[in-house]
Amino acid sequence: MDQTPVLSLSQVSKAFGAVRAVREVSLELFPGEAHALAGENGAGKSTIVKILSGVHRPDSGRILLDGEPVEFGGPADAQRAGVAVIYQEPTLFPDLSVMENIFMGRQPRARLGIDRRAMRSAAAELFTRLGVHLDPDQPARGLSIADQQLVEIAKALSRQARVLIMDEPTAALSGQEVARLFGVAKALREQGCALLFVSHRLEEMFELCQRVTTLRDGALVAVDQIAGITPDDLVRRMVGRELEALFPKQETDAGEVALKVRRLTREGVFTDVSFDVRRGEIVALAGLVGAGRSEVARAVFGIDRWDAGSVEVDGRRLRPASPTAAMAAGLALVPEDRRQQGLVMDLSIERNIGLAGLAAVRRGPLVSRPAERALARDWAVRLRLKFVRLTDPVNVLSGGNQQKVVLAKWLARRPSVLIVDEPTRGIDVGTKAEVHRLLSELAGSGVAVLMISSELPEVLGMADRVLVMHEGRLVAELDRADATEESVMAAATGRSAA
Amino acid sequence: MPAEHTGAVGSRWPVRAAYRWEGLILALLAGVALWASLGVDGFANGSNVSFLLLDTTEIALMVLTMTLVIVAAEIDLSVASTLGLSCAVLGQLWNAGLPIEAIMPICLLVGAVCGAFNGLLVTGLGLPSLAVTIGTYALFRGLAYVLLGDQAVADLPPAYTGLATASLGPIPLASLLVVVLAGVAAVVLHATGLGRSIFALGSNVEAAFFAGVRVKRIKFWLFVASGTMASLASLVYTFRYASARADNGMGLELAVVAAVLLGGVSIFGGRGSLPGVLMAVLLLGVVRNALILADVANEVLNFVTGLLLVASVLAPNLGAVRRRRTTPSVEGKSVS
Repeated sequence: MDQTPVLSLSQVSKAFGAVRAVREVSLELFPGEAHALAGENGAGKSTIVKILSGVHRPDSGRILLDGEPVEFGGPADAQRAGVAVIYQEPTLFPDLSVMENIFMGRQPRARLGIDRRAMRSAAAELFTRLGVHLDPDQPARGLSIADQQLVEIAKALSRQARVLIMDEPTAALSGQEVARLFGVAKALREQGCALLFVSHRLEEMFELCQRVTTLRDGALVAVDQIAGITPDDLVRRMVGRELEALFPKQETDAGEVALKVRRLTREGVFTDVSFDVRRGEIVALAGLVGAGRSEVARAVFGIDRWDAGSVEVDGRRLRPASPTAAMAAGLALVPEDRRQQGLVMDLSIERNIGLAGLAAVRRGPLVSRPAERALARDWAVRLRLKFVRLTDPVNVLSGGNQQKVVLAKWLARRPSVLIVDEPTRGIDVGTKAEVHRLLSELAGSGVAVLMISSELPEVLGMADRVLVMHEGRLVAELDRADATEESVMAAATGRSAA
Repeated sequence: MPAEHTGAVGSRWPVRAAYRWEGLILALLAGVALWASLGVDGFANGSNVSFLLLDTTEIALMVLTMTLVIVAAEIDLSVASTLGLSCAVLGQLWNAGLPIEAIMPICLLVGAVCGAFNGLLVTGLGLPSLAVTIGTYALFRGLAYVLLGDQAVADLPPAYTGLATASLGPIPLASLLVVVLAGVAAVVLHATGLGRSIFALGSNVEAAFFAGVRVKRIKFWLFVASGTMASLASLVYTFRYASARADNGMGLELAVVAAVLLGGVSIFGGRGSLPGVLMAVLLLGVVRNALILADVANEVLNFVTGLLLVASVLAPNLGAVRRRRTTPSVEGKSVS
């Protein structure tokens, strides 16, 4: 293509602390072209979107607008330059009407106040251009997510946006709504808009886009013409990397079934999920972000209610929606969000470790300070926690050490089933290996481990069996021998009917 | 073991500040008491000290449960109204000829029901306790007026009115009740699993729930305790003044909340200690008493109480704001 790209990135890098989210990535968006951005969870897609939309500033490299270098000091700069982003879940003002949302801050003026008639006809005109039927006077509250996205697109159009970035726009849409959104997107493309489409759904990229840029671990892997590759090629580009050196799980003999989940359903979230985890086994629950993995874990542990199905721990049926009952039965959950759900950041290390096992440190009605301290010290040493004083608040610890505190809290209860959700997210390589060794030892001692992980090497290195979820359903169960990056990713992207 | 501090030097701020804050209140208390005994006529004699202690009894009682409620990141603004309602019930039943020994447990039950009503609205419907208890603040007081109108029931049994004002040396018996219950509250908050859970849920309710803390149950019973304590305070109040009226204890909730916050309990929950709060009760009592003796107008009194309240909310948060400004954020999330 001999045109100038309307917006491009040249050798852009961005790091968050020690994590290099994006490394020397270049990307060119041309008018009238739909460009797909592909990659696994954590490949750097979101960071790219945030750089293009002015949320993050790149550490190095340049952003070019019509071939000229620009700097986006914030989202407002990017908007002025004609970049608009449609997110998975738009954030409209719920109590304002559709047209007021579209023209927020740029309302047409009459002599006295706002010219509502002009605003209404301008909104109607935008909707006609998009080929959709929405009432400009309708309040935004109560609009479906699909309609809210259309309002956002109309807003972008009214600002003369030349680059439209769609970040996982279809994740919450029905098939029909996706078709309508794509109709609009194709119309915009033909009107000369540059589209950047970020999605986990390969078939949608192939339907909408002309070119695809694939990222892996923050680096650019390939830029392809969609017409020249197959979905399987794309999956290989997304995952094809050498396995990192990980602590592999030791072989153990699986014992009796410790966790038995049958036909578990939470409406609109996950459907008909059944699986077993045996003592001594590590079972991984793989899938893309939003596939419903964490939601299953939350329901099993009683954080959320389930609508149908059953959960048994060591043959005992669990009462739904009661973490206390789940804990009494021997379940433990190391949650996904360490800072919000795993720890009380202001409380000390020992208080956090003791929190889930207050019964163990009680002498009569009182908490025994020596017992509380001894319990915390015991587990801190076992997990090689790096700390100064046990009375320090956990927010002074590094991410990896915080995760050890969460693990200590649950291991101190000696659970028979341990669910870990993204156990090594955001922690350094050394601690990661320690966590892997620990999980392996736990399984060796007869604990049933259910591990949710978005990192394929971790899944493949640790798991005896891999369960794969796709859009709220369990779509595949792979033995250690059959589980490869390709087979897991294929199932996770809905490309195999296992 | 090697230290790995990722936070700034001031990241142990809350812990150190807690000591510092209690030390500050204690110093302030000593300073004001010293100033009053030297400069205010009639402050430093036995009967005044005895009166001072007696005069803070109701506040001190309600402060005990209010501390637990605020540490749990809730608030109960209806305590003084519950006290009034309980007084009205007492007066009405006494007029109806019931023996006082039967009336007292009924009053405590009334307080418990008021608290349960608050607790149910907060935990069952998930409403903010600020809104709920502003509502019941008006509701309970209104109910008290419906029951008793503007009459004052004064012919109460002398055995009880005498007991409420009796003292052992300079120490009023009612203060002994406060001391015993303060001990119970301090043990519950600082030395039981329940107390650990209250701090945890006040600081991060989600993490507490994920750790199996029965959040709703605990909050519900804290409101019940708060209501019951308010009706216990109503008994002391009624007997002390030998008068049951619907407007008994009007406005006391402000003094109660002021004492809790001045005592170093965070209005956002999760932080504070009972000793600090008790010192703050004494401090407010001494200030009030000394100003009254010094013939300062009532309006100035309110002004000073208000000033201390604002200062106590402001001071700890100034530190927090400074900390937030100097701590770098990670991926757009504030580290506060």
